[in-house]
Amino acid sequence: MTDTPGTRPAPVSRGRILLEFLGSMNLAITLLVAVAVASVIGTVLQQNQPYQDYLIKFGPFWFEVFGKLGLYDVYSTAWFLFILGFLVVSTSVCIYRNVPTMLHDMRSYRLGVQRKSLQAFHLKREWISEREPQALEEWLARLLKSAGYRFRSRRDDDHRVLAARRGAWSRLGYLFTHAAIVIICIGALFDGNIPLKLRVASGDLKVETRDIPASEVPAVSRLPVDNPSFRGSVRIAEGSSANVVFLQLGEGYLVQPLPFRIEVKDFRIEHYATGQPRSFESDIVIHDPQRDQPLEATISVNHPLVYRGYAIYQASFSDGGTGLTLDAWLLRGTSTEPMRIQGRVFESVEVQTPDGPMTLEFTDFRLFNINPVKGPDGRVEQKNFGPNFTFKLRDATGQAREYQNYMLPVEFDGRPYFLSGVRESPAEPFRYLHIPLTADGDIRRFQRFNALLWDDRRVEAVARRTTAAAFAGREGQAAVGEEVVQSMMRLVGHFRSDGFDGIAEQVRLTVPEDKQAEVITAYMKVLQAILGELYLHVLEDEGISPDKGLDEAEERFFDDAVNAISALKAYGSPFYLQLKDYDFVQATGLQIARAPGKNVVYLGFGLLIAGVFLMFYVPYRRLWIWIDRDGGRTRLLMAGSGSRHQQDFETEFDRLAERIEAQIGPRA
Amino acid sequence: MSVTHQDMLQDLEPAPLWKRLGWFDWLWAAAVAAGAAWAWRLYGGLMDDYEVAILAASSAGLITLGVLWKPMRAFTLVVAGLSLFAISRYGDAGQAAADSDFFLRFLLSSQSAIMWMSALYVMATVAYFGALFSGSAFTGKVASALTWSAAAMGLSGLMVRWYESYLIGADVGHIPVSNLYEVFILFCLLTSLIYLYYEGRYRTRALGGFVLLVVSAAVGFLLWYSFGRGAHEIQPLVPALQSYWMKIHVPANFIGYGAFALAAMVGCAWLLKARAERRNPGGLLARRLPALELLDDVMYKAIALGFAFFTVATILGALWAAEAWGGYWSWDPKETWALIVWLNYAAWLHMRLTKGLRGAPLAWWAVVGLFVTLFAFLGVNMFLSGLHSYGEL
Ligand code: HEM
Repeated sequence: MTDTPGTRPAPVSRGRILLEFLGSMNLAITLLVAVAVASVIGTVLQQNQPYQDYLIKFGPFWFEVFGKLGLYDVYSTAWFLFILGFLVVSTSVCIYRNVPTMLHDMRSYRLGVQRKSLQAFHLKREWISEREPQALEEWLARLLKSAGYRFRSRRDDDHRVLAARRGAWSRLGYLFTHAAIVIICIGALFDGNIPLKLRVASGDLKVETRDIPASEVPAVSRLPVDNPSFRGSVRIAEGSSANVVFLQLGEGYLVQPLPFRIEVKDFRIEHYATGQPRSFESDIVIHDPQRDQPLEATISVNHPLVYRGYAIYQASFSDGGTGLTLDAWLLRGTSTEPMRIQGRVFESVEVQTPDGPMTLEFTDFRLFNINPVKGPDGRVEQKNFGPNFTFKLRDATGQAREYQNYMLPVEFDGRPYFLSGVRESPAEPFRYLHIPLTADGDIRRFQRFNALLWDDRRVEAVARRTTAAAFAGREGQAAVGEEVVQSMMRLVGHFRSDGFDGIAEQVRLTVPEDKQAEVITAYMKVLQAILGELYLHVLEDEGISPDKGLDEAEERFFDDAVNAISALKAYGSPFYLQLKDYDFVQATGLQIARAPGKNVVYLGFGLLIAGVFLMFYVPYRRLWIWIDRDGGRTRLLMAGSGSRHQQDFETEFDRLAERIEAQIGPRA
Repeated sequence: MSVTHQDMLQDLEPAPLWKRLGWFDWLWAAAVAAGAAWAWRLYGGLMDDYEVAILAASSAGLITLGVLWKPMRAFTLVVAGLSLFAISRYGDAGQAAADSDFFLRFLLSSQSAIMWMSALYVMATVAYFGALFSGSAFTGKVASALTWSAAAMGLSGLMVRWYESYLIGADVGHIPVSNLYEVFILFCLLTSLIYLYYEGRYRTRALGGFVLLVVSAAVGFLLWYSFGRGAHEIQPLVPALQSYWMKIHVPANFIGYGAFALAAMVGCAWLLKARAERRNPGGLLARRLPALELLDDVMYKAIALGFAFFTVATILGALWAAEAWGGYWSWDPKETWALIVWLNYAAWLHMRLTKGLRGAPLAWWAVVGLFVTLFAFLGVNMFLSGLHSYGEL
């Protein structure tokens, strides 16, 4: 079964040459390697991501080039399918060429061999015996049978032949394996999205790229209900239902209607004691006009529901539009009371802010946020940070930042903070603002301190008092004192809107370089003094008397608050949104598939396994024993051929030969 | 391969199977069947139909394996003995016994057993090379004994770990083939057992050092992974892995990986031998390494074994994917790399059938195959993301 170059008959037709080429082993090897190498591409580059992501990753030029090469969906590009198709054709040709001989092989014992050809075998032995051919033949027949061979014998005038073989099934192994490749590829073709791609390419269908409700998607982006093969997904919130799924294709999607409606009653995540998720389950109800009663079922990961040939899987989960009750604490201005905002995930709210009108777009809510934290003993533990929600804050020009706020205070070194993450684009990690809270988890002290910085009248009053105290007794320096008050006001002004960085920037622009360090140190001293004084006023307002001095917690609070205010510029939002309450609604992500090719593919799988084991583990062997007379004595010639496991066969051959020898004496 | 006197006198009619089996075979079969029955009596109520089927099939498979490869019987009985002993030491004390009980602490808690396994494999590697270079048959025997002991400790370690996972919590318990740490142990075990099989069959210990080199490398990774990353901690299963498919898919895969790794190392031996024969025919390597034909044969057998089991494993993976993700094939990176490995060895098998490509190219290809295999089983988890990293669920 190997190519032997140079044994082809001389004149050959073009068709034959083509068949020869397509069925050649070297082509098979080349194609196997080619498919393997081409497959690598799609594993290195994540497939079927939103096109926007690729654009960001590669830049406009390479984005275009890679797109033309189809690298974002390699496994259904024409060139990949071409190689695969080539392999299938080549395998088919190979089957076509080999199977007839192999099937013939399985049936035939090749009794017609010539002595000469047996003598040319690599494995052969000869003996001379005094025994009668008849007796020998009978004994040999038993020997072959005991070794697991089936045989036929033929008697001619001058000789007898025993032709034996075992493991004929191994031939079927070849057929099974190779036919399986073809069958699997054909079956998979039914279930893949190639037919869809062709219809999109021909203009028959058009992918929808807009984010609109399924009911508004035009007919050119809808598939018929009886479409036999698809695999799509749909998100359904608890308490609602859907009768379509969405098939992701290229830059957009297609809508596939279902002949029934799926209602989601409940979605659950169960947790282990350690906090990691243990199961994801959805209680669903199928409303089908063909049924009298709705069908209730629970599906979970690894436990899909198959209904009327539609397989329904638990694929993912997300928020389903959780209701959010929020307190917005203004970060720029003198207000110390929050503004109440009601919202819902996936909805948006218009708000008036000191920075003009803005839109709050709520994008997600998560009840549990389990993250690894290093405990005091240095061991990493899983800790639940509690609920958080994510939103985008979009200004009038359309620019947006993304925020993620945690509902519960998070402790660092035993002190509570509100955490709020911010980022400019999804590609970045969140940077966190730490807002210090009083021990009871209240934000008000921070809020009052910050608001006080914006109250110019009070800042001025405090500045005057501080300066007056410092200049008390120094007559004639009122002008200097006034200057200090002004500079305090200026510094607080810069600080509250631009933070420490703003002051440093101011100095950099207005002071000669060699003086900058000195001036900054002086400014910081003045700023610290006034901020400290303002902080004392905040404490006083709370009824805490500063006379006894501050305890450590109160001092730390001051440092944290100053740092947080300094970071507000980078934080960007004119308010902090505190989550007060939520009405939790989840959505389950279902994947629904119809795959009629599956049975064909599974048939191929069965054939492939059977074929591989037959080929490898059923050794295919043939033996011939030629018996004739040579001047009154009996002459024996045994020859054998086997495919695969050549060494084993030689061992078996030797063993048989030894037994023959033991019976009839040493070889000729 | 000589024929014994008795062989020759034997009646030519093949003896029926039951006559060819010795008393130990029967005892063995009875012991496995009794063990399975006992397990079923204890836990049958908690098993679903698939699990009962898996129990029955794996018992039958184990009996067959023991009959076909005799040393497996003693090996399995030793592992069963060690595991049951360890489990009995846990007794009512539960997890705490791992630190308080002498035997568990120093020998048989899964952590200790796996440390023993690691040390024994490294010692065995050294011993095999010692035997190769000194030519000492005794050292060779020691090396084999060390390898058997390492495998016994490793398998016992996995068994005990299985039990330990249930001590953490009834819902946490699971078969220890669920993460990279556990499958590395499985890899060491299977590779060395497949090697021991060929060692017995071909009666040569010259390849032991080569094969155990890969195993020792895996041990190195394992130690780093457990000391550097704390990977030995038993973690509960993510929902995607809670399936009976895992129990059969993963071991089948690792028979494949183990066999491919072995073939690669035999390929190395082939290349060394061929080189030594050209450069220095009287030298140590040329004399001590087995004949090229034998090496070629072992390489082929290993790749055939690996290919067969890898085919099964990939198909099982596809069936599992169909159940868990809604499609039997998603071109997920892990899946795709399994296909790449498979295609690579399919190409190798075809190369062997064409005359021009046998010999050195085939050996080189087997060696390169190890890197492809390694990437599929390690690289994908480390560098690529996809469904197998269970990002979503
Ligand atoms: C592309 C066209 C292909 C051709 C022309 C081809 C040809 C052959 C031939 C002639 C044999 C020898 C059969 C024997 O000696 O009994 C063979 C064996 C084999 N083929 Fe293919 N084949 C092709 C594709 C494939 C594919 C795609 C696979 C899948 C992996 C495959 C897997 C095998 C295996 C595993 C063997 C057995 C090798 C051995 O016994 O060592 N073949 N093939």
